Amino acid sequence: MSKDIRIKKGLDIKLVGAAKAQTNPTKLSATYKVSLEDFHGLTPKLIVKEGGEVQAGGPLFFDKNNEAVKVVSPVSGVLTTVERGARRRIISLTITPGADQTPVTHPVLDVSKASSEEIKTYLLASGFWPFVKQRPYDIVADPSQAPKAIFISAHNTAPLAADLDYVLSGQEVLLQKAVTALAALTTAKVHVSVSGNNAPMAGLKDCEVHVVSGPHPAGLVGTQINKIDPINKGEVVWTLAAQDLLILGNLLETGVFNASRTFSLGGSVIENPQYFSALIGAELAPILKSAGTTIDNYRLINGDVLTGKTSSADGHLGYKNNSVVALPEGDDYEFFGWNKPVFNKVSTTRALTFSWLFPKKKYDLDTNTNGEHRAFVVTGGYEEVFPLDIYPLQLLKACMVKDLDEMENLGLYEVAPEDFALTEFVCIETTAPTNY
Amino acid sequence: MSFKNKLHEIKEQLKGKKVAPAFNALHTFLYTPNETTHSGGHIRVADDLKRTMNTVITALIPVLIFGMFNAGYQHYSAVDAANGTPRTLDILGNFLTFDNFWMGALTVLPLVVVSYGVGLAVEFVFAVIKGHEVEEGYLVTGMLVPLIVPVDTPLWMLAVAVVFGVVIGKEVFGGTGMNILNPALTIRAFLFFAYPTWMSGDKVWVHEAVERAGTVDAISGETILGYLAQGRGSEYSYSISEMFFGFIPGSVGETSTFLILLGGLFLVFTKIASWRIMLSAILGALTMGLIFNGVVDAGWITESSKFYGLMSFAFWQHLIVGGLAFGIVYMATDPVTGSQTNKGKWYYGFFIGFISVLIRVFNPAYPEGVFLAILLMNVFAPTIDHYVVQGNIKKRLKRAKNGVLKTLNVETV
Repeated sequence: MSKDIRIKKGLDIKLVGAAKAQTNPTKLSATYKVSLEDFHGLTPKLIVKEGGEVQAGGPLFFDKNNEAVKVVSPVSGVLTTVERGARRRIISLTITPGADQTPVTHPVLDVSKASSEEIKTYLLASGFWPFVKQRPYDIVADPSQAPKAIFISAHNTAPLAADLDYVLSGQEVLLQKAVTALAALTTAKVHVSVSGNNAPMAGLKDCEVHVVSGPHPAGLVGTQINKIDPINKGEVVWTLAAQDLLILGNLLETGVFNASRTFSLGGSVIENPQYFSALIGAELAPILKSAGTTIDNYRLINGDVLTGKTSSADGHLGYKNNSVVALPEGDDYEFFGWNKPVFNKVSTTRALTFSWLFPKKKYDLDTNTNGEHRAFVVTGGYEEVFPLDIYPLQLLKACMVKDLDEMENLGLYEVAPEDFALTEFVCIETTAPTNY
Repeated sequence: MSFKNKLHEIKEQLKGKKVAPAFNALHTFLYTPNETTHSGGHIRVADDLKRTMNTVITALIPVLIFGMFNAGYQHYSAVDAANGTPRTLDILGNFLTFDNFWMGALTVLPLVVVSYGVGLAVEFVFAVIKGHEVEEGYLVTGMLVPLIVPVDTPLWMLAVAVVFGVVIGKEVFGGTGMNILNPALTIRAFLFFAYPTWMSGDKVWVHEAVERAGTVDAISGETILGYLAQGRGSEYSYSISEMFFGFIPGSVGETSTFLILLGGLFLVFTKIASWRIMLSAILGALTMGLIFNGVVDAGWITESSKFYGLMSFAFWQHLIVGGLAFGIVYMATDPVTGSQTNKGKWYYGFFIGFISVLIRVFNPAYPEGVFLAILLMNVFAPTIDHYVVQGNIKKRLKRAKNGVLKTLNVETV
């Protein structure tokens, strides 16, 4: 049975440079990098020493707080560098692939016969577990807790993000395997949100399918949780990204952790925006080179333009990302930029800004803040793009003054930074809500 | 080297120095800065606070220009009336004349200059002392102040009031965005309580009426509300359309309800000001006006009462005389001092309209209540928001409770 969700509040930011629906395979890259910032709430303890060998799908490190949670290597090779920051905190691991790419093979698991405990052990041992996230806090899920529901969004509404309908098309068998396993994992209901009735995941069994429509953030799992089954104090929900289900499906079918991923490369800077398939952690530089860039002064973003992380041009594909965007860097002044009519930028007001006249137009935005940082002045703007039943401005203020009780009361447990990304975009005072 | 690069170089040299905010204020006035996003989302909307404030100022310009014409017109027509030849209004013939504009400009522009000069000076000083950037809040305040004072307000009084309003009304709380009271109204309130003889009465509303008082050249300077408050409602002869279009005595910018309405529609269209506050304030004013009209109709108040004049004034006409419309459109909608939740804005606006008319009727010494009503509601705005937000919190707690009961297989309440 499908329950439809219609979102009214929000904003679709249309940008130039959406990826064309064609996927280019890539060669094995020179190095692979696993960044710890992709694993929120996980304290790493290395299993492989610097200089040691690791097999594809073999564990790199485990979580000190929960030793069963392991992160595995996307390739076979040598762990060449362990980058550390302040107090020797691990920042990233670089693996140089070797000639032999034989992966670790696990015994194939028959989900229909396995107990939930067996499935859990299997996911933990194979290295899939870190893809399961939990809310509150948007961290890697704690396997010992029982979630009240599992949410999967298969509809990506963020600007220039990978189109999941394209990425997942034709993979229904693998996706069904993954969803069945998740449904058997706990007693919690699995909710899948799709873009329409013809979407790849729309016909899946063992889950409740929801068709979501409306502007961004309709596709964010936080929005869907709030509309379907909001989190209360003391409750936990698990969330998964739809593209990660392919890894799970593959794992269940073949017993191999296949780190291959289709991701979109887009943005106005890219000459031929399109999809690429590469292993997690692959170098982005050769891929950028093959797609071509039009200018040199750009910013490479690992993820979408609202929530992604800035990456250097010689960066690597993030562990959980399926989109990479390059935008022009906006580090230039604009003469009388604050009072002249604006036609080439997006705005939610009509204060001599004319994006409301051209709802279909695609914009070439850069990273300029379009104004200096200010204290909160304007009200009502956040609410227009924030569909959750939460008072965004008040919650942010509670976060600014670190009033924990108030934060809890106002619904902090229900949200993740990504849910605030749009409020940040429309913020006239150029504050950074997602930081708090 | 281009001008742009030159400025960039100066900015880099001044970085970290005390005067940097002062320079940056001028620099960002010419050029939006080269700042890029560093954390969180990588793109931003085109708007900034300067654009927002600029939009409000744009909406005020017609009111200001009309105010200049009207200042001249009211002066000359009062002189004519005193000489025994009352004028009839002829928009092209005796309103939009150069004489009117020139006289108005000579009286109004100095108010604008003093308001901006003094206010911005205070802002710059505070920015330099406290090391924060000069924020744009005063751009609107500085334009509002000359529009809500009587034409002949002495400039030194205005200067003192502006210093008071900006320092006590805003800077002590931490600057733009942190203040509790609307700075423009704080300035107005200071003027009203410090120099009441210059701010109310039957002389101050027309240019030179005060100087001429008691001489053979004496002219009238009374407002419609003033006549009504004294029970002399029959003595003025302004038609409804004159009231609506603003050819009446009053503070510089408050008289033309028509232009204020256009400004209000512009602000709502541009999504800069809250239509919720404007609409609910109008409803509030109409409600209170209807109540008073009802009291008169019921015969509880007779003509002998000193409140009769204003109470019997048709309820909808309250909106087109005095500063009510101006206050609702330009001051009640100040996002910093108003309610911040959408639901709260309804209550906040309604009570502004409601209390404005209440004060009008019951305060014979000063028959205009809108600035006091807005200041009062400024104080209550956080309380309103508090209850609105509590509503959301209660809902969340109830949901949590029901969730627990559901897991325990208990019938939900």
